[in-house]
Amino acid sequence: MSELWFYLLAGMTVASAAATVLSPNPVHSALSLVITLFFVAVHYIALGAHLVAALQIIVYAGAVMVLFLFVIMLLNLQPDPDESRLNPVSAIATGAALILTVAIGRLMFAFGSTAPVANLPENFGTTKALAGILFRDHIVAFELTSLLLLVAVVGAVVLAQRDKGETRG
Amino acid sequence: MMESVATPAHYLVLSAVLFCIGALGMVVRRNLIIMFMSVEIMLNAANLTFVAAANQLGNMDGQAMVFFVMTVAAAEAAIGLAVILALFRNKQTVQADEIGLLKW
Repeated sequence: MSELWFYLLAGMTVASAAATVLSPNPVHSALSLVITLFFVAVHYIALGAHLVAALQIIVYAGAVMVLFLFVIMLLNLQPDPDESRLNPVSAIATGAALILTVAIGRLMFAFGSTAPVANLPENFGTTKALAGILFRDHIVAFELTSLLLLVAVVGAVVLAQRDKGETRG
Repeated sequence: MMESVATPAHYLVLSAVLFCIGALGMVVRRNLIIMFMSVEIMLNAANLTFVAAANQLGNMDGQAMVFFVMTVAAAEAAIGLAVILALFRNKQTVQADEIGLLKW
């Protein structure tokens, strides 16, 4: 991908992430987050991670965000006018975040190779290659992941259900 | 003349910026659901780092790691939103500074 395209997409990614964080309305935040996740998926494709990009759209932008929106609608959250007001604490936090950005960014840039990777293997990022790694090299972690999901499902049901004695309403 | 292309370093810096936006949201916002979304942004920044490193090193283990991070994030979202739901049922609020059950 040419550098110009990268800067265009990266700018839009950062803008939508900032909109997620700054919007006073939770629904707008959730929709901005969906856009952010789509842009991150585009970056995955540019880096040759095709299966991961597909999973990002299906799992994150699909399933997880529906869950978020569902909870926002269920709680009927209203925009909070106080949230966007600039107070001293958030000003200090913003300054600290800017310094942190520069620090981590420098660190990352020092680690990152500035040479474009030209000779990636033919099957880099394909479903077959990733499945080979997941089911052969990381099979124990994969099985533990399925156990984690089972625990999460049971936990979510237990946490979200009403108490026995509680009256409906 | 060779056209300039985006390199792994570009993507690593982008992920640093995304991570800091998420961290800022976590600190500044009081709404629990938006704090949760900030965590998702930070997780995505970490995932982007993994994918960029996988590309740079020509090794797909980083992409396998992203798979695991996504699963954990999905589990975290399910549990976290259930906790928020239970909290809202008891306190009628999702503002973090109004929930001080453990403070004494």
